[in-house]
Amino acid sequence: MERQLLLGAEAVALAAIDAGISGAYAYPGTPSTEITEFVQRSGEARQRGVRSAWSANEKTAYEAALGMSYAGKRALVSMKHVGLNVAADAFINSALTGVGGGLVLCVADDPSMHSSQNEQDSRIYGRMAMIPILEPSSQQELYDAVREAFPLSESLSLPVMVRITTRLSHSRAGVLAREAEPQRLLTEPGSLPPAERFVLMPANARRQYRHLIGLQPEIERLAEESRLNRSVGGTSETGVMACGIAYNYVMEVRERYGLDLPVLKTGQYPAPREAARELFSRCRRVLVAEEGYPVMEELLRGFFGNEKILGRLDGTLPRTGELDTDIIARALGLESAPFEPAPGIVAPRPPELCRGCGHRDLFDALNSVMAEHSYQSVFSDIGCYTLGALPPFSAIHTCVDMGASITMAKGAADAGLRPAVAVIGDSTFTHSGMTGLLDALNDRSAVTLIIADNDTTAMTGGQDSAATGNRLETICLGLGVDAGHLRVIVPLRSRLKENITVLREEIAYEGVSVVIARRVCVEEAARRKKNT
Amino acid sequence: MSMKQDIILAGVGGQGILSIAAVIDLAALHGGLEIRQAEVHGMSQRGGAVESHLRLSDRPIHSDLIARGTADLLISVEPLEALRHRPFLAAAGRLVTAMEPVVNMEGYPPMEEVRRELLRSGRPVLVEAHRIAIGCGSQKASNMVVLGAAAPFIAIPPERIEAAIGELFRRKGAEVVDMNIRAFQRGLEASQEQAASCEGPTTSETA
Repeated sequence: MERQLLLGAEAVALAAIDAGISGAYAYPGTPSTEITEFVQRSGEARQRGVRSAWSANEKTAYEAALGMSYAGKRALVSMKHVGLNVAADAFINSALTGVGGGLVLCVADDPSMHSSQNEQDSRIYGRMAMIPILEPSSQQELYDAVREAFPLSESLSLPVMVRITTRLSHSRAGVLAREAEPQRLLTEPGSLPPAERFVLMPANARRQYRHLIGLQPEIERLAEESRLNRSVGGTSETGVMACGIAYNYVMEVRERYGLDLPVLKTGQYPAPREAARELFSRCRRVLVAEEGYPVMEELLRGFFGNEKILGRLDGTLPRTGELDTDIIARALGLESAPFEPAPGIVAPRPPELCRGCGHRDLFDALNSVMAEHSYQSVFSDIGCYTLGALPPFSAIHTCVDMGASITMAKGAADAGLRPAVAVIGDSTFTHSGMTGLLDALNDRSAVTLIIADNDTTAMTGGQDSAATGNRLETICLGLGVDAGHLRVIVPLRSRLKENITVLREEIAYEGVSVVIARRVCVEEAARRKKNT
Repeated sequence: MSMKQDIILAGVGGQGILSIAAVIDLAALHGGLEIRQAEVHGMSQRGGAVESHLRLSDRPIHSDLIARGTADLLISVEPLEALRHRPFLAAAGRLVTAMEPVVNMEGYPPMEEVRRELLRSGRPVLVEAHRIAIGCGSQKASNMVVLGAAAPFIAIPPERIEAAIGELFRRKGAEVVDMNIRAFQRGLEASQEQAASCEGPTTSETA
């Protein structure tokens, strides 16, 4: 087979296809989107009939993957780190039910928050679920690890987490694929997993939990033997425990500065106890280098501390943000290369809404209506329209988590705030906004919901959303929105005046009103034109 | 002798730096080189500053990222972005940039100041990429002009890069392929002209 140049995300997808998955479930989110996009483009996946339509959110994606696994087939589910918050209920409980066909969760963390609202570390979720976590450091290792994660999942009858971070997901390298395996067959009638496992009533759940705890020594043994955990010999007094892609930066420093640094590469958790013990007994100091939270470092320090350990908690490494070669070099007391700083005239260039984007015209209209009120805060959400928080619009004032615009507006309305206006995108609405709208309707809260409908999931590059194809009116009416207060506007400069009128009327209404501001994303329109 | 080259690509989201990266990637892959190419997806693609780290070597490469002060080559499709990413450049590194500003931000400095700063960066190659690209058929090919201007400093023969352009744009038809290859060649010529005039740094605009 030929070496292919793949993003880390694509290596995950190819490995899963080659491992014989029958489904790849996901909701788009940077830096994980390209996993499912690769499956959707793959001729091999199409020929094998691999299901890969976007899910409404990460929870529905995870549950669909679990269902496919229950039926005996292999499934991949992928998401960004904050997506795992949405899927957490299903994820944690699936460690109790166990799996049928191999179930692999690939979660892409975003340290430094390049495109995210926090930099939470998914390994902590993995520990909570008490399942094996794989954290490869290169694209090839990632391919190999995902291939092996499926049989690992089946042998333990547990889901397996593969954790990647932004730079591995979004960096290309040559990857050599191995021969693909056949897909698994549907489990025979009568051989599906027993109800005692999957009905998590207390009596069953307690037994399953004891079973999960009983598996821990075996999970630890497998990590000790894993190829993802290995030692690089060296004689210096300082050693490094390098987790995930931190290994790359450590090895770069080791090579560039000609160091004889012992390194324990850590790529499968629970971390290998014997190898760690050996490193600690040999070295006077051990730098713990990991992307994200100091998960291993805290464990190794323990409650009473450990003088040997250097890392994020004692300030040797920065407490936040992703790592790089310079940061590791400095942590080891080495001088990094001199460089010419950017001159003072270089002003920042923040991202912005595209020229011609409908959100611009929506915000112009909304701003002029909000200017008529003394309370001018607008609750909003996650998507391209979040950029409306920046000048020249400064039109939205919250963005917390998927769907929070509606429910925060409801709570604020209940507190007496008027007007209580929420702006959410079409994809975010179907992800997590519909239930919040139902709350507002059931409680008759005075909320105006503006759905900025660009007919796609634009921020992540134009994936279909669960509402793609003008289904929002039906959804809203079905939830119980009064037809008289469900209005549709077209956000265009030429319609500014009438759009202001509609928004003014609905914002004045003392009840739930919905305004759908509908105009297709300009980027998506260009893509559709190209493809026809 | 071992070969290793670290290249920073810079520009504004939507300007096509990932196509430049894809061309060099393809050429390097066919040349049997090891490649690591880190790119930016997500929010900053919406008109923000974007960069790609491209590392080529005939030996295994560890890090996906290039450390500041160590890049051999900085290729930018926008002059202010060239300055923003200059800290990556090694003392002996080379800067190649298009000179047409993208002004989608507050406080874009006067072009004379941008130019003065660029001329402080070793022996920069400054190209009027839009003008040359329009001469080749479309401003869209500006990125290939800049790639051409950088080609003399990339550790892959220009013919191989040209072949990779053909491969990358093949599915868009012969016309698009030809235009992009022309743009690459004109950029290469502009760069060579600048190198030939030894009177310190000059630009294709004065040629």
